[in-house]
Amino acid sequence: MINIYEVKETQHMIEQENLDVRTITLGISLLDCIDSDLDRLNDKIYKKITETARNLVSVGEQIEREYGVPIVNKRISVTPAGLIGGAACRCPEDYVKLARTLDAAAKEVGVNFIGGYSALVSKAMTESDRNLIHSIPEALAVTERVCSSVNVGSTRTGINMDAVRLCGEIVKKTAEATKERDSLGCAKLVIFCNAPDDNPFMAGAFLGVTEGDAVINVGVSGPGVVKRALKKVRGKGFEELCETIKKTAFKVTRVGQLVAGEASKRLGVPFGIVDLSLAPTPAVGDSVAEILEEIGLERVGAPGTTAALALLNDQVKKGGVMASSYVGGLSGAFIPVSEDQGMIDAVNEGALTLEKLEAMTCVCSVGLDMIAIPGKTKASAISGIIADEMAIGMVNQKTTAVRLIPVIGKDVGETASFGGLLGYAPIMPVNQFDCSTFINRKGRIPAPIHSFKN
Amino acid sequence: MKKCIITVVGKDKVGIIAKVCVYLAETNINILDISQTIVDGYFNMMAIVDVTNSTKEIASVAQELEGLGFSIGVNIHCQREEIFEKMHRL
Repeated sequence: MINIYEVKETQHMIEQENLDVRTITLGISLLDCIDSDLDRLNDKIYKKITETARNLVSVGEQIEREYGVPIVNKRISVTPAGLIGGAACRCPEDYVKLARTLDAAAKEVGVNFIGGYSALVSKAMTESDRNLIHSIPEALAVTERVCSSVNVGSTRTGINMDAVRLCGEIVKKTAEATKERDSLGCAKLVIFCNAPDDNPFMAGAFLGVTEGDAVINVGVSGPGVVKRALKKVRGKGFEELCETIKKTAFKVTRVGQLVAGEASKRLGVPFGIVDLSLAPTPAVGDSVAEILEEIGLERVGAPGTTAALALLNDQVKKGGVMASSYVGGLSGAFIPVSEDQGMIDAVNEGALTLEKLEAMTCVCSVGLDMIAIPGKTKASAISGIIADEMAIGMVNQKTTAVRLIPVIGKDVGETASFGGLLGYAPIMPVNQFDCSTFINRKGRIPAPIHSFKN
Repeated sequence: MKKCIITVVGKDKVGIIAKVCVYLAETNINILDISQTIVDGYFNMMAIVDVTNSTKEIASVAQELEGLGFSIGVNIHCQREEIFEKMHRL
């Protein structure tokens, strides 16, 4: 039988160490909404989302109260809009209408984000994809809850450099379109390589075409829990360090698995996966950077950071896969700058640079995330950074992503503030040398040799 | 059987268990196991209860117990047993 010490440990994790379920994300397929008439398409989409997700928020709150564990976000991901709007949207403006419909449906059911305003263009772009991508700046400026992503590469297809070049421009335009709010629009736009179909985390969530009609995916978190546990093994060997991370990740993931199962049962929607990511928030102590510092670095970015992060990421996965039979999404450690107080401090003190962050993305679960750069950065430089990150994902057969915010009107030494969970970020310098001749080449980078696995 | 775990933590005083038990009885919740200790003058209690026949939803029981705790100056939590079971048992 459960004893009082175990009960206290769980309660302590929740109350003092920020253990929470970061998101219950309801994936909704919009494939059956496809229509050649734009108004009919919008009506069908609105109806499908509001009907399927009607009880999402109330069920989430009910589970929260019964189990005494916070469920921070309830969200929705949908089939990539580039696939849904193809028959009806003839121009970018038509896609903006679709974005408004998604926004209105999200508002109606009370979720704070809806992901899936996306295009999958890892090999080439259709006319529909191109229209959608061109509509992103306006769509993110006129909506509040819509999140967008573009998958521009994969290990199997290589990197679509035409899309990379376009995305550099789109990031810049999105920044311009939301410049009164420190270019906030870019915080809702992710450029992916090897994007997973079942990611519950925003801003990159969408429901892959391989998924069913509806699915529940859950993202758990708890950097604070891992950090607290590691305090107890200061000065101990790597074996004990790894064992502690694994055990903690197991416990955290079990909570996610439990919540996912309950939500699935109560909503009558099949359970998909648990994403066992350590996702930081700006709250004190809820930081991945602080875990790395607890492992033994003076500041994140110091020599040894990549090794420490590799170890952390791997142990989190090993502990997590034991706790749930269906682990998916991104799973690992997130290293967003603006959402993690330890990362912000490291940048401000000069310990952490863009180049070191890039190295870290080789071994963590996502990529260059929530990084503010000078607003004057050229679109070709942004495309160059995207291409570098996509190459890391393609060659290493992992998901990588870029969420850069060129803050219009601001430069190195200033700070951009996004508010809430998105936090604030010091603006980081970008290498000033030019890559436009490389970026302006047409076509795609071929898939790597190890993609031929058959 | 649907089980919950109730924990009460706070400064010790007369009648804490009594108040909690009266509430449980009125709500038709059966106590299966109860243990209690005093550490440094602090009252620590844990009860395993059966809520199968509870007259109220678990979510509202949790909320009302929290309110009851507030009125007598202690912290009361009521959570479904599975969260502990899942986390600490293979």
